[in-house]
Amino acid sequence: MTGIEHYLSIFTKAVFIENIVLAYFLGLCSFLAISKKIDASVGIGLAVIVVLTITAPINWFLWEFLLDKGALTWISQDFKDTDLGFLKLIVFISVIAAMVQLVEMFMERFSQSLYNSLGIFLPLIAVNCSILGGSLFMVEREYTISETVVYGFGSGVGFFLAIVALASIRYRIRYSNIPPRLRGVGMAMLLTGLLSMAFMAFSGIDL
Amino acid sequence: MELFNSESKKIISDPINVNNPISLQVLGICSALAVTIRLDQAIIMTLAVVFVLCSSNVILSLIRNYIPTRVRIVIMLSVIASLVSVVDELLKAYLYDMSKQLSVFVGLIITNCIIMGRAEAFALKHGPSKAFLDGLGNSMGYGLIIIVVSFFRELFGAGTITLPDGGAGYVLWRIPDSWYAAGYENIGLLVLSPGAFIILGLVIWIQREFAGVEEDA
Repeated sequence: MTGIEHYLSIFTKAVFIENIVLAYFLGLCSFLAISKKIDASVGIGLAVIVVLTITAPINWFLWEFLLDKGALTWISQDFKDTDLGFLKLIVFISVIAAMVQLVEMFMERFSQSLYNSLGIFLPLIAVNCSILGGSLFMVEREYTISETVVYGFGSGVGFFLAIVALASIRYRIRYSNIPPRLRGVGMAMLLTGLLSMAFMAFSGIDL
Repeated sequence: MELFNSESKKIISDPINVNNPISLQVLGICSALAVTIRLDQAIIMTLAVVFVLCSSNVILSLIRNYIPTRVRIVIMLSVIASLVSVVDELLKAYLYDMSKQLSVFVGLIITNCIIMGRAEAFALKHGPSKAFLDGLGNSMGYGLIIIVVSFFRELFGAGTITLPDGGAGYVLWRIPDSWYAAGYENIGLLVLSPGAFIILGLVIWIQREFAGVEEDA
């Protein structure tokens, strides 16, 4: 299967069916901590979209031309048995930390208003599991470069959707009478369970 | 310093109970949910986190006076990433089936906020022996919760209790066929992702009820 449908199916899968938060539990720390406020949720959602779309392809290039078994053959045939796969965690996390820093500097220079609204969330993203998870899934599923771009963007959109949805629900139930010890994280957890159940309805879709 | 005076005991026991990293500090939830489908996965994951957290706390505490404050995050990340790579390679070498099941979640220990959080909040301010105890306590607190969650998810979701062994896991007990014949059914939802969220939500509630912690939201 090639062509636009293929990419569309990867995108839909990443957003709805295999939502990175609700199906794979990635990025939950910031998901729970920040979903108290809607505008902050929109901010971190956008930041995750940007950083995931940038880091996944960069890590793909590093994996394909540096780390994978036989990836170094573009230098010399002697390296065809070299396998630097064990370095992937260190390389990926450094790329992510560096990229987050770069994106932050870039925004500060070119879009002051965006920087002001996203500024405090960007450093948090470096340790958001969904970013590293996106790169690791991309390696595990052996995506090509264009699939990786679509997958990275789709996962970001999935995160955005989930966090804004949870923030809106939490805003709605702010004055509800919840048992005191369940308030906060406990309730957010139960709500996420219900959201995740709702998203499971998409899993019947065959793409 | 004596190893087991009351202060050290507090460092270990607080995170297991009244200051639990998952249910009260709300750190490291990501991996806590993903690996709780079966008990044996949760046990192996706990061991991995105990190893990484204790060693990273000790190492960072030993070099804490040489780390410039501005670049500490990068240094912490690289120490943690190296330790996690060691665990990842060890699992691949000796417990291949298990490393396949845990897939990316071993790697994601790096971004487990408990590890960074404890390094930042404790290891960089205390000596190595206290940092070790703090690591031990926090990783046990983490382990306690994920083992409880996985126990319920596996028992009621799949009807088995599995302990880790060298291969695909040793089934300690399974619900006898006579129960199914009598009309008992597994709750399939629990092995899917919503079940994880809901069980963990309930566990957090119960734990906070015991610890007497309230949060306004």
